[in-house]
Amino acid sequence: MGEVIVITSGKGGVGKTTTTANLGTGLAINGKKVVLIDADIGLRNLDLVMGLENRIVYDLVDVVEENCRLRQALIKDKRFDNLYLLPAAQTRDKDAVSPDQMKKLCVELKKDFDYILIDCPAGIEQGFKNAISGADWAVIVTTPEVSAVRDADRIIGLLEAAEIRNPKLVVNRIKLNLVAQKDMMNINDMIDILAIELLGVVPDDEKIVISTNRGEPAILDEISLSSKSYKNIVRRILGEDVPLMPMEAETTFFGKLKKLIGLGS
Amino acid sequence: MLDIFSKLFQKDTNSKDVAKERLRLVLIHDRANMSPELLQSLKEDLITVINKYLEVDQEALEVNLSNVDDSVALVANIPIVQVKRSL
Ligand SMILES: Nc1ncnc2c1ncn2[C@@H]1O[C@H](COP(=O)(O)OP(=O)(O)OP(=O)(O)O)[C@@H](O)[C@H]1O
Ligand SMILES: [Mg+2]
Repeated sequence: MGEVIVITSGKGGVGKTTTTANLGTGLAINGKKVVLIDADIGLRNLDLVMGLENRIVYDLVDVVEENCRLRQALIKDKRFDNLYLLPAAQTRDKDAVSPDQMKKLCVELKKDFDYILIDCPAGIEQGFKNAISGADWAVIVTTPEVSAVRDADRIIGLLEAAEIRNPKLVVNRIKLNLVAQKDMMNINDMIDILAIELLGVVPDDEKIVISTNRGEPAILDEISLSSKSYKNIVRRILGEDVPLMPMEAETTFFGKLKKLIGLGS
Repeated sequence: MLDIFSKLFQKDTNSKDVAKERLRLVLIHDRANMSPELLQSLKEDLITVINKYLEVDQEALEVNLSNVDDSVALVANIPIVQVKRSL
């Protein structure tokens, strides 16, 4: 029986789609059978990040409206046989799918897949409600900025109200130099404020821009800084106890330098 | 580099501490669902209760959530016009 994880954030543009693509790919690298669902109906993007945009025939709405069978809509990844994408419909509205339909779909997919990752749309409206309705647990993505953290807090409340327990936090786009000079909140600050469990930290990394251009998730780029972060998060999802990378800068300059170098290796 | 050094030695409020404090306060409001309307109605209820004992300046009365040292408090500033005579 598989596990359904929704990747959500509240605020837009903080990295939900990027996180979904990388964690999904990482779970597939570890031999798990994975399907990624793009629940951002009308603003399809996960296909592009995965480099699968040219293979789409049917989409999520076609499946729930029974225009096709589930199997027909699942697109196999270019690199991994055990990784699939169920794309969003591009020319429909957020309410083209209902929470009940989403739940039913998740139940169906859990029979066949180890992990079902749902890329949630931004906001707290219907699209969000649909995306979380079939989830067993949630990953909340935030950046270390006041507005993103505030929205994350709101999402935590809404998930709780929807009885989706134990959300875990991914802090994305941390800038080590800014943290070091105390002009960006560090991990402890955010855990302190949001009071939820930390799943991982991903640095702000130019490689993500490049990999997104190419349609190849950054986790595949062994030497990228973010690849290591994503791999650690994947191992934590798989139940391993992986210590945090030394992301958090020390107060001394040499401590910072050491950690920066340690991180780059 | 110079910039980093000057920031390092400048011990007073780092912008991340400002961010954290502002967030803490705004989240209290968000979580408690403390809308301005809610604060207003709290204010009115307070006036009703206090008026039984004291005559207060209703116009000048202020009720706010604010940061006090390391915690958040409900702070009310209630100017008294007159203490009622006990009967
Ligand atoms: N760690 C990172 N380092 C650098 N760039 C990043 C990082 N994470 C995400 N980005 C970039 O930020 C942008 C937004 O990312 P993404 O599309 O994943 O966000 P989203 O939360 O899915 O957005 P939306 O709310 O619109 O769906 C993209 O251009 C992406 O490449
Ligand atoms: Mg997205």
